[in-house]
Amino acid sequence: MLRQVALEDTHAVAIGAGILGTGGGGNTYLGRIWLEQELRQRGVNCTVIAADDVADDAMVCAIGTMGAPTVGIEKLLRGSEFVTALRTLEDHIGSSFAALVVSEIGGSNGLRPLIAGLQLGLPVVDGDGMGRAFPELQMDTFAIGGVPLTPMALADSHGNAVVFHHLDSPLKAEQYARSLTVELGGSAALAMPVMSGEQLKRFVIRGTLSLAKRMGDVVLASRLRGADAADEVASLANGRVLFRGKVVDVERRTTRGFARGKLTIAPFGGADEVMDIVFQNENLVAWLGGEVVCTVPDLICILNLEDGEPIGTELLRYGLRVAVLGLPAPIELKTPEALAVVGPEAFGYPAIPFQPLPGNLL
Amino acid sequence: MRIGIDVGGTNTDAVLMDGMEVLSSTKTPTTANVTDGITAALRTIIADSGLDVAKLDAVMIGTTHFTNAVVERRRLQPTACIRLGLPATACLPPLVDWPGDLADVLGRHTYLAHGGHEFDGREISPFDPDEIRRIAEDIKQNGVNAIAISSVFSPVNAAFEEKAAEVVKQVMPEANITLSSTIGRIGLLERENAAIMNACLRELAMKTVSGFKAALAAMNISAPFFISQNDGTLMNADFAADHPVLTFASGPTNSMRGAAFLSGLKDAIVVDVGGTTTDIGVLQQGFPRVAAMAVNIGGVRTNFRMPDTLSIGLGGGSIIATDPVRVGPQSVGYELTSKARVFGGEVLTTTDIAVAAGQAKIGDRDRVSGLDSGLVTSVQDRIEEMVNVSVDRMKTSATPVPVIVVGGGSILIQREIEGTSEMVKPHHYAVANAIGAAIAQVGGETDKVFSLAEMGRDEALAQAKQEATDRAVSAGADADTVEIVDVEEVPLAYLPGNATRIMVKAVGDLVGG
Repeated sequence: MLRQVALEDTHAVAIGAGILGTGGGGNTYLGRIWLEQELRQRGVNCTVIAADDVADDAMVCAIGTMGAPTVGIEKLLRGSEFVTALRTLEDHIGSSFAALVVSEIGGSNGLRPLIAGLQLGLPVVDGDGMGRAFPELQMDTFAIGGVPLTPMALADSHGNAVVFHHLDSPLKAEQYARSLTVELGGSAALAMPVMSGEQLKRFVIRGTLSLAKRMGDVVLASRLRGADAADEVASLANGRVLFRGKVVDVERRTTRGFARGKLTIAPFGGADEVMDIVFQNENLVAWLGGEVVCTVPDLICILNLEDGEPIGTELLRYGLRVAVLGLPAPIELKTPEALAVVGPEAFGYPAIPFQPLPGNLL
Repeated sequence: MRIGIDVGGTNTDAVLMDGMEVLSSTKTPTTANVTDGITAALRTIIADSGLDVAKLDAVMIGTTHFTNAVVERRRLQPTACIRLGLPATACLPPLVDWPGDLADVLGRHTYLAHGGHEFDGREISPFDPDEIRRIAEDIKQNGVNAIAISSVFSPVNAAFEEKAAEVVKQVMPEANITLSSTIGRIGLLERENAAIMNACLRELAMKTVSGFKAALAAMNISAPFFISQNDGTLMNADFAADHPVLTFASGPTNSMRGAAFLSGLKDAIVVDVGGTTTDIGVLQQGFPRVAAMAVNIGGVRTNFRMPDTLSIGLGGGSIIATDPVRVGPQSVGYELTSKARVFGGEVLTTTDIAVAAGQAKIGDRDRVSGLDSGLVTSVQDRIEEMVNVSVDRMKTSATPVPVIVVGGGSILIQREIEGTSEMVKPHHYAVANAIGAAIAQVGGETDKVFSLAEMGRDEALAQAKQEATDRAVSAGADADTVEIVDVEEVPLAYLPGNATRIMVKAVGDLVGG
């Protein structure tokens, strides 16, 4: 189990977070080099603790960014946004945080609490609220479990910080935060939800930071050997490789702030069953030869066959040779309450029942 | 008629082509000043073919000179980078994640200034001419003349980069300025990296291009000359002098296009064996497969559209270590004809092994006749293994595919390559890259944000394709030959009206070529 993240661990954690991003969550490259810079400049490692090491009455908070990946790779952050958001929230509630939490392990938000932890001298909990990436705030296990998402704070590069004191539903928190993010330039730091250690322990998906690290280690080791990492990565999370092939079509459109689209992958060697995958930031449903083989909340992860690097939906293009992994969702996402928020119907596929892959992510 | 020239790290190759026919070809060593090698190659071609230079329609030059300069950290100018985007972007300043030795060569003159745009066109902060003036004065004081300017979202709005350049010019009229918006795409660090590399190469590029001009003038050639870019299309000489980074991948592109032309194969693996490296790439419908991921050049991350090639340290000049047996990656490079054993030198190279094994008849075979036959066999085994592993890595499936072997070092490849259906070594294989330059086409590009709510995807695509086609024609392409070769759509999330950035590239044959 992960106890700290040092300079030599960042690459593996970044790759693993990218894989768990299931095509979304934003690229982890920028987060990785930022984390490396912080580690070098501060000369200390990030401390990672188990959720069960947090006292019941301690206060913790998740931290990340909200916004469009296209904006994130162009308008880089100032660097002080996380601290601004967290300090503002501490002032608002009148107590200090004992640890930081990853809200979304998949993609760039998997690394940001580590950066904020270094900046504030706080440990980061090994676990998160999704076990993957999802596009909206109400989709984490904390919100699903009933932890209020407010008070929450957003901060931008100018030092502007806004606290939403009370919003009566997670969905409303999502809508208000996203509207404000657009005003703040399409990308902003977001601190929420504030939780007690007791709440954290009830709802967190444990061990996902460690899982990301293990996945990244496998990819890096396979790359050195020139081997295909897909099978080994899938087995780390009790999943399997659904398909290997070449991307032959990608269609995209942006509606209501989300990059939606569909890709088609043709198999190598002339077999005629193709795989179709629809995405809304993250990969949502995969069909093989017209039959559904994997649906959200199970994880559909696409890796570059060449080097095992996870491929975000924004990088999908014709000719890419890929392995498609199907990983079972963490058990926390399979309750009726969770499926109402993160099942196929919640993403606009009411006709497709959730047919879970066997097993659980961890 | 046209002449294609490829200036590689080891050899300078030239071909004379009339339409689809290769009339004459030559291979001469690349010289330290590049120009002499080109002059020598031109002289040979003209003498061999009896060409009347007045009948030339165009001269096309492909060169890896600028790529090599970055990889070798040589002849690069100290360069400053001004980034407009404060207070945003400060967490990762310019040159972050560059290899330390390269950043040292450039001098780490990085500046963050206010400015930049939001995705929707709002200003992040106002442009401050006084701030830029102070920065320019500091750059001047440091004696730095090459400057890259980047601004957040400049591919969507380049106004601040242009304003900053004007202010810098007031302070430093002679400054050599590269704007990131003229080089690259969305992705601040990658675009900025490319702009910085371009800036540090500008002086070398100007010297090199004027050297090319002088070489042509010395041969009384007055035909227009072009330089090939990453995607295999041509740019005119003056544009090339300002945009040296756009030549970075032209070497592999030319050799793959040449291999497709010579072999008549459209889908194949190309193994291009040069003097120092072997580049392995994949042809799809006659064009190089493009890398989907960020490409590193000399350790620097960029977002150019580059051919997906695998480069290994194996070439005709690769130096052999005997105990234990190792091939490359060090190479005698362009000094092969003086340093290799068969040419009277003392360094044991892969070419010496090929001669000893009877694979090639060049130089003085007696000088390698005493080599241990066990050593010769183990070097051959090692070369076979290097090629087999790399070809396998580039293949998309287990199905055997044809492989085209080109390049001056092709003599090293004699044995069958695993997993291939046939090995083709076309006629003129040694000058495939010069042929690729000679048959290069003219391109046109468009890059615009369309509101799909207003016109629909099909109409927007049609309009973008028409614009790219028109640009290719006005750049000199024959309208009947223009094809759309690349379409890329990038939705800009959060913009009202389903805004999508559409980039289209069209290419066609040069008129009269």
